[in-house]
Amino acid sequence: MTQISTNIVDHLAEQKEYTTLNLGPTHPATHGIFQNILKMDGEIIVDAESTVGYIHRAFEKLAERRPYYQITPITDRLNYCSSPINNMGWHMTVEKLIGAKIPKKVDYMRVIVMELARIADHIVCNAVIGVDTGALTGFVYLFQQREFIYEIYEEICGARLTTNIGRIGGFDKDFSPKTWDKIKKFLKEFPLALDEFQSLLERNRIFMDRVIGCGPISAERALNYGFTGPNLRAAGVDYDVRVMTPYSSYEDFDFIIPVGTHGDTYDRFMVRHEEMRQSLRIIQQAMDKMPEGPCHADVPDFYLPEKQDVYNKMEALIYHFKIVMGETDVPVGEVYHAVEGGNGELGYYLISDGGRTPFRLHFRRPCFIYYQAYPEMIKGSMLSDAILTMSSMNVIAGELDA
Amino acid sequence: MTEAKQETIINAINAHFNHAVIKHEMLYDMFTVTLRKDAVIPAIQWLYDNEELKFRFLTTMCALHYPDQKDELGMMYQLHSLENNLRIRIKTFFPKDLAVMPTLTGLYSAANWMERQEYDFFGVDFKGHPNLKRILNVDDMVIHPMRKEFPLEDQTRKDKNDTMFGR
Repeated sequence: MTQISTNIVDHLAEQKEYTTLNLGPTHPATHGIFQNILKMDGEIIVDAESTVGYIHRAFEKLAERRPYYQITPITDRLNYCSSPINNMGWHMTVEKLIGAKIPKKVDYMRVIVMELARIADHIVCNAVIGVDTGALTGFVYLFQQREFIYEIYEEICGARLTTNIGRIGGFDKDFSPKTWDKIKKFLKEFPLALDEFQSLLERNRIFMDRVIGCGPISAERALNYGFTGPNLRAAGVDYDVRVMTPYSSYEDFDFIIPVGTHGDTYDRFMVRHEEMRQSLRIIQQAMDKMPEGPCHADVPDFYLPEKQDVYNKMEALIYHFKIVMGETDVPVGEVYHAVEGGNGELGYYLISDGGRTPFRLHFRRPCFIYYQAYPEMIKGSMLSDAILTMSSMNVIAGELDA
Repeated sequence: MTEAKQETIINAINAHFNHAVIKHEMLYDMFTVTLRKDAVIPAIQWLYDNEELKFRFLTTMCALHYPDQKDELGMMYQLHSLENNLRIRIKTFFPKDLAVMPTLTGLYSAANWMERQEYDFFGVDFKGHPNLKRILNVDDMVIHPMRKEFPLEDQTRKDKNDTMFGR
C-alpha cells in the first residue's frame, strides 16, 4: 500500500474529529494479545498507544527460586515459535558461567536444531504476512513444512512446541537414525515448498502493492530503538549475533546475511525468506561436517548420569540426586550471553551468588525492545497497514510480556 | 576488549568526570565498569559521542537489588559499539531511598520501555522520562515485586485452604 504521507493528515487538520479505536487485546487480526488504542482520522492512524503485559508470567522472579536446569522450561515460553533457540541460549549461558568445554559435535547438533527453529519461526511470520494480505494458499504450503520441523523436534526430545531440548552440557541422547532421516527428508522437500511459496508472493503484483512501503523504519531509527534480527537487517544494518560474536561454532559455517534497504514490510518479508535458505545451507554444512564424539560435555555436576549407572554406581547416584535436588555448587559470577533468536539478539544476563538458583536473571527480549517503535511506524498509515506491519515485525506475545 | 582500550576508557572517564570510576574488571567476556551515580548518564553520553568508540546501541539495562549492601539498589546498562564490535557494561549503586536515576530516553529511544520495566519491578524513578508508569504489572499494584523483600511464596505454607485447587 502506498504510504499516506503525514502532510495529507495535516492538510485535513481542520476536520478535527478523531475516532478512538480500540484494537485488541484479543483481536483475531493481531495474532496474540496486543492492545493498541488508535486515534483515527477516518482510515488513517494519527496516533497510537500500545498496552503490553496481558500475559506477564513473572519469569525473572520465578527464575530466582529455581535450580538452573529448571529454568529451561521457562525459556521455552519466551518466543514459543522458536523455543529450541531459547533453550540453547540458556544452556550456553550456564555453560559459560561454569566454564564447561563443549565438544564440537554438540555445537553442530545445536546449530542444526537452532537453524530448524529459525526456519519454523520465519515460516510463521512470512506465512502470516501472506494471510494478512489475503493469500491463504502459501500459508498452507509452508505450515505443512513447519509440521515436519515439529516432528523432528519430537524425534529429538519428545515435545513439539515447548521443547525443553537438550541439557546443560549437551544433549540427553544422540540423534537417532530416524531423526537424521527426517532432517534429510526435510532438507530435500523444504526448498521445493519454499520455491512454491516464493513464486506465489515474491513478484505478485497485488502482494507487492500491498506491502512495499508499508510500515517503514530507517536504519538510524531502528538502531536507536534497539532493533535486532531480521527487522534491523531489513532496514539495512548487517548486525547478526551469529557473525559478530560467534557462539556454538557458527564461525565454521559459510552463510550470507541478507539485508534490506527500506525497512518496510516487503524488506522484512524478503530478509526472512532469504534467511530460511541460508539456514538450510547451514544445516547442510553441519550435517556434512558432523564430527564424531560424545553428545555432551564432561560436566558431571550438571549433566545427569546414565540411568544404568544411577542404579549400579554410587557416584552416579550421588550426582543424580544432587542435580535433581538442585544442590550443585555454581561459581560466583556474572555473565551475559546472547544468541541470534528468531527475532533478534536474545540475551541472558545472569548473576550467580553461588547459591542453587540465580541471584538475578534478566532476559533481553528482542520483541519487547522493538515493539515500542510500533506507534511511530504506523503513524500516518492506514489501519490495514498497521495490522500488516505488526505481523511483519513478528511480535510474539510470550517474548513481549515475559 | 583489549587492555589498552580498557585503559583508555577508564582514564577518559576519570579525567572527564572527576574520578567517577569506582571499580573496573573483566567479568567473563564483558568489560564492566562501576561508576558513581552522578557520572553514569554523562559517561554514557560521552561513550555515545566519542568518534572512535561509538557506543551507539543500547543492548539492555536492568535494575539490581542487593539487600545486604549499604547501597542496596543498582542499575546495569549494557552498551554495544556495532562498528567496533565492543561491548561494555556500566553499573552503579545507590541507596533505596534515593532510587532516582536520570533517564536515557533522550539518547536512546529503546530506553523508554526498558526504564518503565525497571520502574515497574524495582521502583527506580527515572527523572525526565516522558511516560513513567507500570508496563507489565497491573496499574494498581502497590509494590515493586522484583525487590528481594518480596520472596516468592513458600511452597511449604500450611495456612491456605487448598481443597479446591491443590498446590
